[in-house]
Amino acid sequence: MQTRSKVVASFAEAVADIKDGSSILIGGFGPGTPHNLVNAIYEQGAKDLTLILNAAGTGGGSIRVGNVSVTNLLEERRVRKVIMAFTASTHPSRTSILEELQDGGEIEAELVAQGTLAERIRAGGAGIPAFYTPTAVGTELAEGKEHREFNGRTYLLEQAITADYAFVRAWHADEFGNLVYRGSERNFNPIMATAARTTIAETEQILPIGSFEPEQVHTSGIFVQRLVQIPPDGIFHVAVPFTPPRPSAPSGGH
Amino acid sequence: MEKTRLTRDMMAARIAAEFQDGWIANLGVGMPTMCSDFLPAEKFIVLHSENGLIGYGRAATVEEATPYVVNAGIIPVLLQDYTAILHHADAFGVIRSGRLDVGVLGAYEVAANGDFANWKTGVGKKGGGIGGAMDIASCAQRIYIMMEHTLRDGTPRMLRRCKLPVTAQGVVKLVMTDLGLFEPTGEGYRILEIAPGFSVDEVQALTGAPLEASPNLREVQLS
Repeated sequence: MQTRSKVVASFAEAVADIKDGSSILIGGFGPGTPHNLVNAIYEQGAKDLTLILNAAGTGGGSIRVGNVSVTNLLEERRVRKVIMAFTASTHPSRTSILEELQDGGEIEAELVAQGTLAERIRAGGAGIPAFYTPTAVGTELAEGKEHREFNGRTYLLEQAITADYAFVRAWHADEFGNLVYRGSERNFNPIMATAARTTIAETEQILPIGSFEPEQVHTSGIFVQRLVQIPPDGIFHVAVPFTPPRPSAPSGGH
Repeated sequence: MEKTRLTRDMMAARIAAEFQDGWIANLGVGMPTMCSDFLPAEKFIVLHSENGLIGYGRAATVEEATPYVVNAGIIPVLLQDYTAILHHADAFGVIRSGRLDVGVLGAYEVAANGDFANWKTGVGKKGGGIGGAMDIASCAQRIYIMMEHTLRDGTPRMLRRCKLPVTAQGVVKLVMTDLGLFEPTGEGYRILEIAPGFSVDEVQALTGAPLEASPNLREVQLS
């Protein structure tokens, strides 16, 4: 039996059909951020987008280091709505473009606890419309949400998230779309891959079918519609700020 | 005696000494992360991070760091022989199911009733930075807070009730500041250990709720 290759020749081709008004899940938490796909949608010009991701900046982590990121899309007012775990700077002396847009009423920003965000996406990919979580009970985020008690504890009803597209980054793929993530690249990527109608994966290598042992595969190829191999001049990694380890414990003085 | 505010390292070392053998611990971004440098050598502590590293090791040196392995603070760390890597939803399943023995988090404000606030920097401000804090705060077995005792201008951050929107209600068990170790008691705080050279009255003057001295009050103990 033949399997159809999902390999697309370029990032531009991979995102060419994304229309204005589309919703896109964007993976990453530092490592595992699909920088090349974010760059491609920026170049492609789509607007009125709904983006679901952990934080702006490089697209996954909240750090921006030179490359095009979700921040650029925000700056060009091409995003109608975001659903994220960080919609404002965590330091009072700093403000972000997202805060400016919120203050000006130019964007809808839905702030979600990170575990609730992850579970809403997982539920979306698993055919579960909603679920109850204890997270955020008694906070501003609980306002207006259905509360229900189970075994004496209060929970909030949270609804699943699905999207038109998911941008994910993996280490290796095979041509069927099976994905393997390296280290903490995994983060949101496997769940986002399941929660979109069209999942586009960027990977360092695309290997022939049969290259993986079935037990190795993290994301089944049935969840992946398009694959792009990062070209030699593509973005492989974005440096993270480095904090050198401090091996010795204090002796008690300064 | 010379007044000595605790350094961040000293605060991290002191709070890490509270961890019990076999605990699963999540260390928040920033100051709490420093606890990983001071884990008690005689105890086996499993570090959990929101991005799915279960049982990760110390921060990596420049030579050891890879762009593939970071903790929730996006700091390169080492994997260990027993590390497992989960995806984000499973990593939070660990949290939500109550498997974290402790979450150490930073805060803008703590309240005597065990509430704390760490996701919004101003009342009425739009947006916020929650990250994993609400899940951890709502679901861990105990929450320890690590923070500077006051704002730079001396305004107390240990209050009777939070002014900022809270992250979770009634969950804080211990508060570690540069002035000592405290336990919320409902309407005030019990001071368990105090920074060298400070009197309870001096600490009280910098605290926004009544302080009572523990009968066993002592200077902060660092092993």
